[in-house]
Amino acid sequence: MEVDRVDQIVEAYGGEKRALIGILHDTQTQYGYLPREAMQRIAEKVGIPLSHALRVASFYAAFGFEPRGRHLINACLGTTCHVRGMGGILGRIETALGIGAGETTADRRFTVEIVRCLGCCSLAPVMRIDEKTYGRLRQDKVEDILGKFG
Amino acid sequence: MKIRTLDDLQQIGQEGTELLYPKKTKIIVGLGTCGEATGAGEVLDAISQEVENQKLDVVISPTCCIGFCQKEPLVDILQPGWPRISYGEMTPERGRELIAALARGEFKKEWALAKIEQEEYLVEDRVWRYPQDSPPNELDEVPTYEQLPFYKKQRKIAMRNCGFIDPENIEEYIARGGYRTLYRVLKEFSPEQVIAEVTKSGLRGRGGAGFPTGRKWDICRKAAGDIKYVICNGDEGDPGAYMDRSILEGDPHSVLEGMIIGAYAIGAREGYAYVRAEYPLAVKNIGRAIEQAEGYGLLGENIFDSGFDFAIRLDRGAGAFVCGEETALIAALEGRVGEPRLRPPYPAQSGLWDKPTNINNVETWANVPAIIARGADWYSQYGTETSKGTKVFSLVGKIENTGLVEVPMGITLREIVYDVGGGIPDGKRFKAVQTGGPSGGCVPEQFLDLPVDFERLTEVGAIMGSGGLIVMDEDTCMVDVAKYFVDFLRRESCGKCTSCREGIKRMHEILARVCEGEGKDGDLELLEELAEVVRDASLCGLGTTAPNPVLTTMRYFRDEYEAHIKEGRCPACVCKTLVSYYIIPDKCEACLICLRNCPPEAISGGKNQIHVIDQSKCTKCGACFDVCPPRFAAVKRISGEPVPAAVPPKERVLVRAKR
Repeated sequence: MEVDRVDQIVEAYGGEKRALIGILHDTQTQYGYLPREAMQRIAEKVGIPLSHALRVASFYAAFGFEPRGRHLINACLGTTCHVRGMGGILGRIETALGIGAGETTADRRFTVEIVRCLGCCSLAPVMRIDEKTYGRLRQDKVEDILGKFG
Repeated sequence: MKIRTLDDLQQIGQEGTELLYPKKTKIIVGLGTCGEATGAGEVLDAISQEVENQKLDVVISPTCCIGFCQKEPLVDILQPGWPRISYGEMTPERGRELIAALARGEFKKEWALAKIEQEEYLVEDRVWRYPQDSPPNELDEVPTYEQLPFYKKQRKIAMRNCGFIDPENIEEYIARGGYRTLYRVLKEFSPEQVIAEVTKSGLRGRGGAGFPTGRKWDICRKAAGDIKYVICNGDEGDPGAYMDRSILEGDPHSVLEGMIIGAYAIGAREGYAYVRAEYPLAVKNIGRAIEQAEGYGLLGENIFDSGFDFAIRLDRGAGAFVCGEETALIAALEGRVGEPRLRPPYPAQSGLWDKPTNINNVETWANVPAIIARGADWYSQYGTETSKGTKVFSLVGKIENTGLVEVPMGITLREIVYDVGGGIPDGKRFKAVQTGGPSGGCVPEQFLDLPVDFERLTEVGAIMGSGGLIVMDEDTCMVDVAKYFVDFLRRESCGKCTSCREGIKRMHEILARVCEGEGKDGDLELLEELAEVVRDASLCGLGTTAPNPVLTTMRYFRDEYEAHIKEGRCPACVCKTLVSYYIIPDKCEACLICLRNCPPEAISGGKNQIHVIDQSKCTKCGACFDVCPPRFAAVKRISGEPVPAAVPPKERVLVRAKR
């Protein structure tokens, strides 16, 4: 891991303590997760104890401390998705990939995470894979969609 | 260039008008998140390709959600001399055909959803009419936008520009009267006058609690201190509500203009837009809007040469529902853990960095320019005695026309569900509408004629919240819904108050047990007792309202709870443990679809062999039920009674009736 890259991110925010969440977002975009070394460097540069940085990072659902797979599946479990059968779709995803929510496949192809509302309720059930959102999901479409991601 | 005068605005507005209504044909593709999720990107690619093939000289422009999400992807075509025509449910194939028809000088009547003959420029109180020199006669048969039942009862104020402008172009916002209200405010209004107008309009916060906006501003203005802040709460956390996303994506400048006006009224020079990271397009569009406004000098120093300075900084949320609560949001903006704190002091007195801070949500801010432009009396003509104006609702769930609807307060739930929403699909029965997210409640059929406003919804145990209306039909289990919300809140509780952290967890355990058929006598009483403690002993709104979904479902759907506990039956056939799937032999057409789609391979059968589910292998995922063609409807869900014995293998040969 290059600390230079972390330094650049922190500096883009003027090294401000208040911008910690923004810094964590950008660091996670850079590495796909928050590596321990990066957390240490951020804490140092921003001037806060590592424990404080970790507490903030672990509070928010968007941040993770484990490397993710190449593709991130955000399965929406908002209310509308729930009443329109996302539970079954999620089960199908989990069966197809052989992992549970919050886990990464052994080949690092996918990480499945649950998100509480992507705001596409009119098209429920919905999931997002990387940048692409899929609406009006049906159980029998799941494998086809997953197949598009290598 | 910097915009300093009304003439400058006029000039930029002229550029915007040329973009909005070019001299050549314009094709508009709805590329909001809803559009994108239904394949609008692929439609756009197909259209662009076909335009190239046909060598057409046209403009292709994006827009965001016009609200009719049911019909996404939407494509509009503006041909010189014709009204604007909206096409719904587009596919790449249809997109190509649409362009081919365009090249032949025709239009596709069968896919036309509506025509738009005129657009309202709300803040300027004028109408822009499409010239109608040479529309084809068949166009008479296409309804106008206002004639569609979905739009007939709507009144668009907060969403006035959504779906009508390219949100990437500030010029188009200005063309439709944008930033003129700000100009007037800075030149003609004192801060007190602005506050007086907003107070008089009766506008109440659209984020949930419904606090009067003008009064909030007034408290903040009068609070001691030179440094004050305004914040836009774009942490739209209620699952089922997405109007703020749509406004931020589709018309970000209306929010910015509202914030600048508010900042001037309150005396703030710095503002923050806090937008949840789950909305990448909203983050991008509001970010770009801030840059554009800065570029034109509409944000920054000495706006319109008035001596007023104001800057907005964009911050992203990070997936914490509790950060919608204002003191938690402030903590997040300060780079801390998003835990609420005790109020008072209220943020209006001591908020961000302990300075007086005014927080309003996206929809509230977007209303402000329209209210100032048209006046408090105009705005307050809509709504009820205590709840003025319009409210955007996200009408979702088991409803025919799903989408964002902006209606005057006081409209009944029945009108929203049946007139605007078109009722419940597939001939199912309405059961309840859930309002207000996890803090809200489920309103049953007997209250369908309830006029929707802040007070009436509270009276029946629900709340307005941010405006999610999730329609539930007979196939929705109310115990499961209660469990869902408690599960949601259990995960989102920040953990500060024991009553919330532990109490909600215990409630979830009981509900989970009930859903598994393990409920026992006394569970409902225990739930009620826990609900009381969680409500009374928690600090912030997350905890104090957490029991609402449980209490309203227990109040109105107690029979469903009792069926689970006493009979081990889930009347809606939702709770997995209590449900079995069964294929009705007389209805099965041996089409192999369920068999192929059964993940645990629990279905046996074959061509001309009636399919049978092996109950010992079935995981109750429901795939067979979902995929069985509706014309057969052979898969049945059973709860509270034994599964009929399987047809003996010898009798499984399907005898088809001769047609």
